[in-house]
Amino acid sequence: MHNYLQIENAEMVFDTKQGRFVALTGVNLDVAQGEFIALIGHSGCGKSTLLNLVAGLFEPSAGVLLLANREIRGPGPERAVVFQNHSLLPWLSCLGNVHLAVERVFGAREGKRQLRARAQAALELVGLAHAAHKHPHEISGGMKQRVGIARALAMEPQVLLMDEPFGALDALTRAGLQDELMKIVAETRATVLMVTHDVDEAVLLSDRIVMMTNGPAATIGEVLSVDLPRPRDRLRLAEDPHYHRLRGRVLEFLYQKQVKRAA
Amino acid sequence: MSAVTVDEGRLESIMQQPDTLKIETAEPSARPRPSPFLQTQRGRAWIEGAGSLFKKALPPVIGIALFVLLWQIVSASGGEGGLPGPARTWESAQALFAAPFYDNGPNDKGIGWNILHSLYRVGAGFGLAALVGIPLGFMIGRFQFLSGMAAPVISLLRPVSPLAWLPIGLYVFKETEPASLWVIFISSIWPIVLNTAAGVARVPQDYMNVARVLKLSEWRIFTRILFPAVLPHLMTGVRLSIGVAWLVIVAAEMLTGGTGLGFWVWDEWNNLNVEHILIAIFIVGFTGLLLEQALVLIARRFDYE
Repeated sequence: MHNYLQIENAEMVFDTKQGRFVALTGVNLDVAQGEFIALIGHSGCGKSTLLNLVAGLFEPSAGVLLLANREIRGPGPERAVVFQNHSLLPWLSCLGNVHLAVERVFGAREGKRQLRARAQAALELVGLAHAAHKHPHEISGGMKQRVGIARALAMEPQVLLMDEPFGALDALTRAGLQDELMKIVAETRATVLMVTHDVDEAVLLSDRIVMMTNGPAATIGEVLSVDLPRPRDRLRLAEDPHYHRLRGRVLEFLYQKQVKRAA
Repeated sequence: MSAVTVDEGRLESIMQQPDTLKIETAEPSARPRPSPFLQTQRGRAWIEGAGSLFKKALPPVIGIALFVLLWQIVSASGGEGGLPGPARTWESAQALFAAPFYDNGPNDKGIGWNILHSLYRVGAGFGLAALVGIPLGFMIGRFQFLSGMAAPVISLLRPVSPLAWLPIGLYVFKETEPASLWVIFISSIWPIVLNTAAGVARVPQDYMNVARVLKLSEWRIFTRILFPAVLPHLMTGVRLSIGVAWLVIVAAEMLTGGTGLGFWVWDEWNNLNVEHILIAIFIVGFTGLLLEQALVLIARRFDYE
């Protein structure tokens, strides 16, 4: 099923105090089931807006978004979101945060013990079983982001939407989480849409890189297929000429075709 | 346990100790002389702690001392008919607090009873205000339409002086007790409503997005997200409300009479017992301070940051 997620002529207009602001226009994209898509572009190019459209947090001003041939109307747990700033609820423990999601999705069908086991398993998946009873303010930024990923994965979503999930982390933590994410996605075969501004991250993780033009009225500029074999190893890729060619293509798009004027 | 029982394990350990040990400890020069306590690490920490405590305590102590001195000067300059000085007030307070809970009929009760009556009225009036104000605040914060409806009414009623409500209470309830509760209620409800509503409106969009993605029910949103997120704001409202209630109670009781600190102040004014009026002022201030501190402690418990 190639046209699993379909975005057709999506347009997003915001009414601001300065008048109408066209964030996105004429966005067309088809995503296959199990595909990993990276959305890349300069800041303010509407990549997060596009992600929020798929999440259903925004409603498109024009155009249609379809998931498995059904129109996306509003948010739903089958499209889990990993938010940019983790968005954990500070008054719940890590387990509590994951459990809230699990309870909502599986609560009608499963007993208390099963739900708890699910939440625990999700934390184990991201290597945080030991921190289950800690509260978000007691753990590091990387750990918080992992809890956010665990919460999203625990819902067993059809589509995983990630909004710069590793943007706020240091390079080492980020690399570790990228490797974990690759493993988890390989296991769960989830369809992933990930917003990033990190070229290496995009090439390392994705099957296709969707490059967006600068806003306002941003749209998809180019789509690059990343035909590197999986599983991918960041050390081996560092010496792979094809990896560098792909990386070069993205850099060329970002820094020659879509030069960001210094603000 | 009798003195002759010997722990077997201990006996064994004593027996295993080499004899040479005794000779070593017998040598007096091998033992370092204990340094004076204040030069040890613990001693130094003790000095430091005492020093910082002194530094912290100094300004308040000086402030209070100056206040008492000023009071003394004012009372001394008044001569015979002037304000009672600190010493006379202190003596009077000792006599007063020697028997705080006597009861000689409706108009002559111990100071303890009066304080408790005032506290009860504040508690009851504030409790009603919280009962109505907290749900109202949540609804106003959650639903734009309700907020628009409530805004003009609240803006109109909020600046009204608390005592202006007293005649309404007396007219409606025909009795002084519910009338004074009514005054506390109506004057302490606004901070709760407004702070709760502001707290709800200020819940981070991120948390609400989580709720939206999970498609939580309105009840779940309330118990899992709104209520915990708003709790710190709510506690601020509660603190302000109780502060207002405590301010208002003295004035209300002056007018309604019977029992309570306010009545007592008025009664002592009629007796021209100015020492007692000064004592009452201190009691009101001190009780208010204690209430505030207790609520700050509770609020800190609910702060999740």
